[in-house]
Amino acid sequence: MAISLKINGKNETVTAAEGTPLLWVLRDHLGLTGTKFGCGVAQCGACTVHVDGSPIRACITAYEDVEGSDVTTIEAVSGKVADAIRGAWEELAVPQCGYCQAGQIMSAINLLETNTSPTNDDIDDAMDGNICRCATYVRIRAAIKDAAKNL
Amino acid sequence: MFMHLAKPMNVTAQSSLKAAPLKILNVSRRGFIGGGTGLAFTLALAACAPAKTENAGETTGETTAVLPDNSAVASGPLVFISIAADGRTQITNPRSEMGQQVITTVAQMIADELDVDWDDLVIEQAVADAKYGDQNTDGSTSVRNHFTRFRTAGATMRQMLTQAAANRWGVDISECSNELGIIKHISGKTLTYGDVAQDASELDVPAEDTVILKSRKEWRYIGKDKPSYTIPKVIRGEGIYGIDVRLPDMLYAVVARPPTVFGKVKTFDDSAALAVPGVTKVIKMPEIKGNAAAFQQLGGVAVIAVDTWAAIQGRAALDITWDAGPNSIYDSETYGQELRAMARKQGTVKLNRGDVEAVMKTAAKKVTAEYYASHLSQSPMEPPAATAQWIDGKVECWSCTQHPQAARSTVASICEVPESDVKVNVTLLGGGFGRKSKPDYIVEAALIAREAGAPVKVTWTREDDVRHGYFHSVSAQHMQAALDEDGKPVAMLHRTAFPSINSTFGPSDQGSDFELSLGATDAPWNVPNMRVEVGKAKAHVRIGWLRSVANVYHAFANQSFAAEMAHAAGKDKKDYLLDLIGPDRNIDLSKDGVTYPNYGASIETHPVNTARLKAVLNKAASMAKWGRDVPKGHGLGIAVHRSFLSYVATAIEVAVDSEGKITFPGIWVCVDAGTVVNPANTKVQMEGGTLYGLSNALYGEITAKDGVIVQGNFPDWRVMRISEAPHNVEVHVMESDAPPGGVGEPGTPPAAPALANAIFAATGQRLRSLPMLGQNDRLTLAEEG
Repeated sequence: MAISLKINGKNETVTAAEGTPLLWVLRDHLGLTGTKFGCGVAQCGACTVHVDGSPIRACITAYEDVEGSDVTTIEAVSGKVADAIRGAWEELAVPQCGYCQAGQIMSAINLLETNTSPTNDDIDDAMDGNICRCATYVRIRAAIKDAAKNL
Repeated sequence: MFMHLAKPMNVTAQSSLKAAPLKILNVSRRGFIGGGTGLAFTLALAACAPAKTENAGETTGETTAVLPDNSAVASGPLVFISIAADGRTQITNPRSEMGQQVITTVAQMIADELDVDWDDLVIEQAVADAKYGDQNTDGSTSVRNHFTRFRTAGATMRQMLTQAAANRWGVDISECSNELGIIKHISGKTLTYGDVAQDASELDVPAEDTVILKSRKEWRYIGKDKPSYTIPKVIRGEGIYGIDVRLPDMLYAVVARPPTVFGKVKTFDDSAALAVPGVTKVIKMPEIKGNAAAFQQLGGVAVIAVDTWAAIQGRAALDITWDAGPNSIYDSETYGQELRAMARKQGTVKLNRGDVEAVMKTAAKKVTAEYYASHLSQSPMEPPAATAQWIDGKVECWSCTQHPQAARSTVASICEVPESDVKVNVTLLGGGFGRKSKPDYIVEAALIAREAGAPVKVTWTREDDVRHGYFHSVSAQHMQAALDEDGKPVAMLHRTAFPSINSTFGPSDQGSDFELSLGATDAPWNVPNMRVEVGKAKAHVRIGWLRSVANVYHAFANQSFAAEMAHAAGKDKKDYLLDLIGPDRNIDLSKDGVTYPNYGASIETHPVNTARLKAVLNKAASMAKWGRDVPKGHGLGIAVHRSFLSYVATAIEVAVDSEGKITFPGIWVCVDAGTVVNPANTKVQMEGGTLYGLSNALYGEITAKDGVIVQGNFPDWRVMRISEAPHNVEVHVMESDAPPGGVGEPGTPPAAPALANAIFAATGQRLRSLPMLGQNDRLTLAEEG
C-alpha cells in the first residue's frame, strides 16, 4: 500500500503494509531514527511526534491514518518554544542516556505551546506518559519551568 | 580495493587502514589514510573527522596528516590519541556511553594531560579491540580503574610532541613548556602540536615511569564541570543508538525465544508467518549449548522482514510448540517462600568474629527481622538491539554494548570464526544498567544475518526485554542482633540467600564471595560478635548484573536493620548508625575470614574507611536538618553505604497521607567518590542512581509462573513516572584528594533503606519486602509491620 505522507514539511511516498505504525515508517522506511521505540503500546512516550501540532504516540498510530496531516519529528521540530525547550534541556543537562528525550522534548514543546506557565501538576499531567529510566524527572520539571520563563 | 567495512551513515566508527567507502545510509565513513609501517603510533587524523562522535554526514574528505593506523601496536597509551596537522586532536574513547557521560569524562582525563583546547577535540568511539585494554563498561570502573591510564596517555603524547619541538629547535626539552596545543621555548619561539605531529610520530614512546603527570593544582579539565558531548546531539534527535543503525539493503528481525530458559522449539509452523506481508524468511535459531546460558543466544525462531513491524507481525503468526525444559518448575512465589526458609537456617559462614551464638543466648534484648526483594529487570529505555553484516566470511556488528570485547569474542566463538574476522562497532547506549553487559543479542544478529545473506538488525521488543532478561537476583535475608541493657549491639547475624550471577556461567547453588562482598561481608559494623552466612539457592532464570548488583538487597537489609536496632534501643537512628560504624579506622576484613575482592581495587589505595562513611552520613543528615520536627504524616529516614569504592549517604523525607499515598518533600544525598572528574555530572548520577533505586524499591517486581516471566511491558513491569518522582534531590559532592571511586552505581543502594526508614518514621510501619507498592498506588499499611 503506497501512501503519501507529509513529514517535516516534505512529501514522502511510503509503501508499507496496511496498519504499519507510523513509528516504523519513520524509522525503517524514512530513516528518521530520532523517534524512538520504547514499548510499542503507548505506555512510554519515546515515540512521541506531532501530528498537526498535537503530540501522538507513533507506535500505535497506523501510518495511513496520518495521510494528509503534517507530521513533525524531533529532527525538524522548530520555533520559539522548541528553541526554549532545547536551550533549557542543554543548560540544565537534562538528558542522561538521552534515548527517551526526543519523546520528552516533543511532549514538553506541546505543553508550553498550550500553557505558557505550567504548574508542577500541569507538568506532571503532560509528561506522565513519558518514561525515563535514567529518571531525569527532577531536571525535566526544572527545565520546563526555565523554558517557560525564557519564552 | 573492496573491503568488508560498510559504515552505517549515522555512526562514526574508527575504520581500519585503507578501508574503502561503500554506499552507506546513516553512518559516516572515515578512513585513516595509510602511510608507512612500523611507526610507533598513529598521529593521523585523516579525512577531516566530523566534529563529534555519532555524527551524520559531516565528512568533508580533506586529508590532513598522513600516518599509518595503530592496529599493529600492542595496547599502549597512544591508541587513544591522534593529532592532525591542523592541530585538531582526536580522542578515541574506548568506554561505552550509556548516559553516565563517559565520553566527556574520558576526554577530560586525556585532554587535560595532553593540554589541548577543549574546542579542538574530536571524539571517536573505539571498536572492540584488545589494544584499548579493558572496555567492559560495568562496575562503575571508567574513572576509578582508568584514571591514571588515560592521564598517562595524554601526558605521554604531550611529552613526545614537546620532545619533537625541542629536537627541531635543537634545545633541551627542559627549556620547553606547553599550553593548549602550543609548545613554547624559553626564547619565546612556539610551535603547535600539529606542526610537530609528524616528527613526534617517529620518536620512541617514552617509558611510563618517565612520563610526568600534572599536579592536581595544574588540572585544567579534571574536576571541572565540562558540558556533555552527547546532549547537543540528543536534543536534536541526532544521537545514534544501537537500535538506530541502518545499512543498505538491511532487513529487520525479531526472535520468538523459548518462554523458559533452556526451553526448546519442539515443532513450528511458519506458513502463516511467511504469509504476512513483508516477511522474507523464517529461521530456527541454534539452541543454547552446554549447561550455562552465559552470553549465548536463547534459541527459538527468528522472523526476518522488510521492516520491524512486519517482523513483529510475522512472529505473532508463528505456531510454535515448545519443550518447556527443566526451568518450567519455577514459580517465584513458592520459590520466595523457600528462599525465606533457607535464610532462616544456618548457611555457609563467610564472616566470623567472636562468638555470636553464645552472646545471642544471654542477650538482654534480641532483634530479628527478615527482608525480601524481588527479581528486577534493568529495562533500559532502549531495548537490546544489534545489526550485523557478513561479507566474505567476516562479520561486522553495530550495537549498544557495555562489553564490546565480550561481544566480539562471543560472536567469534558461536559463529566459529576467528576473532580477527569479527568487528564490533559501539553505538550510543539508550541506558544499560548492566543488561547490555551481556551480548546475547549481538550473537543473535550475527547468526541471523549469516542465514539471511543480508545485513540484519535484530530488535528486542519491550516484552522480549522484560521476559527474556538477565534478572537482578531475588533475595531473602534473615537478621538477628543482640543488644545489651543500654541498647548497644553485642552480636549480629546476617543470613542471605539468593541465586548467584555465577549460575549464568556455570554450576552454582549459592551466592558467590563477590556478591557477598557487595554489602554483606563488608558491612562496617563495629560489633564484637558477628557472622555472615550464605544459604543455598538455585537459579531458574538467567541472573545478571543490575546497577549496583547485590548491594541493592544487602544495603536494604543492613541499613533497614540498623534502624530497627536503633528503634529497639530507643535511640536516634542517625546517632545509633554512627555508633554502629564505630571509631575512625580502616576495616580489616581478612581477620574475620572474609574473602574481599574490594571491587578489584587494592585495599591499601581504597580501604573500607569508616571516617569517610561517617562523614557522608553526617553531611546528609545536616543537609536534611536531621532531628527537626516534621509535619504529621512525614518522616525522615537515612542510610549510608560504601559501594564501588565510593561512600554515599541518602536522607529522605516522605509524606504518607491518610490513604497511604507517598510523596517526597525532600531527598538529600552526599557522595564521597574520592577525586571526581566531573562534579556536575556526579550530581546527575547521584540523582539518577537514587531515583532508579526508589523506582525499583517502590514498584519493581518480576515474577515467574511455570518458568515464564509474568510481566511483559509497562505498566505490568512498573517503573517510576514523573508524577511519582520527587521534586528536589539535593546532592553534595565531597571535596577529596583520595583516588577515584565509582559514580554510576553507588547512588542506588542507600535509596531503598532510606525510604523504608522514612516510611517507618512517618507511619510506624516497617516495610521489609520489596517492592513496597508493586502495582498499588498506595501503601496498604495494615498488612505489614
